[in-house]
Amino acid sequence: MNYELFKTFSKIGIFTLGGGYAMIPLIEEEVVNKKHWVSKEEFLDLIAIAQSCPGVFAINISIFIGYKLRKIPGAIVTAFGTALPSFLIILMIAMFFHRFEDNPVVAAIFRGIRPAVVALIAVPTFNLARSAKISWTNCWIPIAGALLIWLLGVSPIYIILAAGVGGWAYGKYIKPTE
Amino acid sequence: MDLFLLYLELFGTFFLIGLFGFGGGYGMLSLIQTKVVPLWMTTAQFTDIVAISQMTPGPVGINTATYCGYMAVHNNPAGYSEIWAILGSCIATFALVLPSLILMLIIAKMFIKYMKTPMVQSVFTGLRPAVVGLLAAATLLLCNKENFSTPDEDLWQFCISVALFIATFIGTKVYKVNPIHMIAMAGFAGLLLLY
Repeated sequence: MNYELFKTFSKIGIFTLGGGYAMIPLIEEEVVNKKHWVSKEEFLDLIAIAQSCPGVFAINISIFIGYKLRKIPGAIVTAFGTALPSFLIILMIAMFFHRFEDNPVVAAIFRGIRPAVVALIAVPTFNLARSAKISWTNCWIPIAGALLIWLLGVSPIYIILAAGVGGWAYGKYIKPTE
Repeated sequence: MDLFLLYLELFGTFFLIGLFGFGGGYGMLSLIQTKVVPLWMTTAQFTDIVAISQMTPGPVGINTATYCGYMAVHNNPAGYSEIWAILGSCIATFALVLPSLILMLIIAKMFIKYMKTPMVQSVFTGLRPAVVGLLAAATLLLCNKENFSTPDEDLWQFCISVALFIATFIGTKVYKVNPIHMIAMAGFAGLLLLY
């Protein structure tokens, strides 16, 4: 069973390009449709919780499913399985890339890639803004947070803490949710 | 001894990133960047790592941590050998996953029923918009002269960079072009125009 879990999750780790959210359909296919380890409803709940938790999204989902099936050993096996392929691939690239970094062809390619990567990070900012329901009343939170980090060098950790405490205080003292 | 301290620092840094990294891999980027640049690498190197992390399989957060762990030891002026750099990437990756493991186990064990309480919900009404700010900060931090050059330094490269930024933004946002294809095309444009 542990081997089966490891095999399934390392397969998910190998075959997903483009990060955690791209993994959801593949995880669902394997875990819900093929192996019937969790039901469709449970899976949707897991995604909601894994999204609200800190950490790597795909790892969080893997840990939940591993824990549900085989308790703590299961959670360790699935986390390990999801991380291992990426780890090995990146390690190989890291070991070889710095040898080519100064090659003029590689340097030119990466001069073109860098601005594109910045744009690829800008796009999810806008997508996330929509799903986080940013409106005229709360848009000051991301703007203030971004400016504090960017211009004043405030650690994002303090922004996270302040936002969490602020949200809690807002709900408790200003506008209690019923 | 110095190497041991470096490992300890790597562990501490990536443990904190795992603990406070809300919003998945992209949400973590500003957190990772403010920790590792300029201490362990340059902005250009960090951007290259992000590019490679997006082009290779697996979660972007794991890829970035593995790569940063390697580079932190590799770039050290003391000149440690390859094997210590590999150990560095093991430590960074493990430290990133560890908080998730601990938190998820606690949540899976007892807190699932508390996740829908008003208190937890109001904490998230503050957190969600803040994570958007973290992502915006990651973008702004990367908009510098190492990635775009400057009009004074190299006007041609600056203009090409801005054009590639706009093209990639519109391509992925409006036309839903696959990000990996977009990176490949930008790399090709770089080779043709910036060689």
